[in-house]
Amino acid sequence: MPEEEIKNLIVGDKAVFIEFANKISPEINRKVHIMASAIEKKKIEGIVEIVPTYRSLSIYYDPLKIELDNLLEKLEKIKNSLGETKIPSPRVIEIPTVYGDKYGPDLEFVAKHNSLSQEEIIKIHSGKNYLVYMFGFSPGFTYLGGMDERIATPRLKTPRIKIAGGSVGIAEKQTGIYPLESPGGWRLIGRTPLKLFNPDKEPPVPFLPGDYLKFTPISEEEYSTQIRQSG
Amino acid sequence: MSIPVFEVLEPGLLTTVQDLGRIGYQRYGVPVSGGMDAFSLKIANLLVANDIDKAVLEITGLGLMKLKILNRTVIALTGADLTPMIDTSPLPMWRAIEVKKGVVLSLGETRRGFRAYLSIAGGIDIPLVLGSRSTYCKAKIGGIEGRPLRKGDIISSFLSKQPLESITHRYLPEDFIPDLTKEIEVRVIMGPQDDYFKKEGIQTFLNSWYRVSPESDRTGYRLSGPRITHKDKTDIITDAIPLGAIQVPGDGLPIILMADRGPTGGYPKIACILSVDVDKVGQLKPGDKIKFKKIDIKEAHELLRAENEKLLKINNILNEQSKIPAKKRYRVSIEGETYEVTVEELPI
Repeated sequence: MPEEEIKNLIVGDKAVFIEFANKISPEINRKVHIMASAIEKKKIEGIVEIVPTYRSLSIYYDPLKIELDNLLEKLEKIKNSLGETKIPSPRVIEIPTVYGDKYGPDLEFVAKHNSLSQEEIIKIHSGKNYLVYMFGFSPGFTYLGGMDERIATPRLKTPRIKIAGGSVGIAEKQTGIYPLESPGGWRLIGRTPLKLFNPDKEPPVPFLPGDYLKFTPISEEEYSTQIRQSG
Repeated sequence: MSIPVFEVLEPGLLTTVQDLGRIGYQRYGVPVSGGMDAFSLKIANLLVANDIDKAVLEITGLGLMKLKILNRTVIALTGADLTPMIDTSPLPMWRAIEVKKGVVLSLGETRRGFRAYLSIAGGIDIPLVLGSRSTYCKAKIGGIEGRPLRKGDIISSFLSKQPLESITHRYLPEDFIPDLTKEIEVRVIMGPQDDYFKKEGIQTFLNSWYRVSPESDRTGYRLSGPRITHKDKTDIITDAIPLGAIQVPGDGLPIILMADRGPTGGYPKIACILSVDVDKVGQLKPGDKIKFKKIDIKEAHELLRAENEKLLKINNILNEQSKIPAKKRYRVSIEGETYEVTVEELPI
């Protein structure tokens, strides 16, 4: 991608967004994470925190500690030497998941909607690695990419008031996990015993943007055992 | 060392522990949280000689709250005027007040603003969660068990940095007390997605009064008023949302994103409110009105520097006040006899 397509956006008086493109793709997203890593290595005084998203990197800064022009200049230099930045190669993290029944009350609907059997849905859903593009929306919530369109299903017309933490769902062409108990409208197909947000840990999440997730089917007994072990 | 200072007799509508927020975890989806009116929160801390970012109580309007004082301490109340009383006497705001064991602090009717801040000398002593004591109820983190206060809760404080006697004189001079009104104009920096809106949409946004709708909370303020027209698309590829960002979803009605906002979102942001003006938004209640005025980033940064100067000046003034001795000794002569007397301010 030509450099001139990268845009610096002034967002209020304490943030700059570097927008790499106006589309969602693993390549663009990788650039965002490389840039994030390069900025962190420089430890620039005045940068408060950075938030990588699909195709842009948000840089929150303290204008009392760094002038905007100075910040933009530093970011430009980093951008121009991104080729030298190495980031760890993506990991594949297994997400043990019990599919169907009370853990995935919409599995049957998802199967019917796509004219497939429940077993086929499980096989397709657990047969791919999903890229963690970003976290956002709520603590530990991941935006995943790469779901097979054969199992795409529209959201519930009326969202559920209470969904258990760890619920695995489908909304249109996306799949995702509810990290915490919350309301929501995704079609629930299963549940993982993994704790996806733990405020007592640093970082509070078990995987990072740029990693891949693989859902591994487990039995109800294994689910219960793992829940007990995680306390 | 920790000292129990308050017992909650009545929790009020929504009272939470807040500091200046949880910094550095938005990348994991964790909201910043923190006081909705950070200026009032900072002043509440400075008045009792705390560091600016200590944890205080944020008390939301329209609710009754009653606290029993368990041990002598110094408190300060800033922000909204919620008719504060100590037992049966009115409690002055924007100043440090020594309170005795056994008295009851109560808040009632909302007279001005919407959120009051109650600080304790030393700051509230509860564990840090991801670097902050701020309560974020949806994920049940921070504060007291991640929830609003309830009847029977005991709030403790750390030891005061300064002897209590030396801080009871501290008060904010009148000129610095923010004017809390029901109609405010806030300054914005346009963008980053103002190009998603028609020219007349931008005109509507900058020339209309909007009303705060009842569906407003610590996450955001929904506004009602003239609809802002998009050019074509009404969503963007999800990106980050700073404090005070104004999103306009498909229905054309703006939403101001506040302390408990999710770190990312998918609606176009027409503009962002200046950091120095966001605090005023945090004092609006449903039915109040707001208007937006565009300025440029250079001006915004000058205003931010001026605000910082103001805080430094306030801190200096308060520290000077501390130097005045709390007790004064006088020599009094009555009919040739000399007496030595001590005059001291008594706690309310």
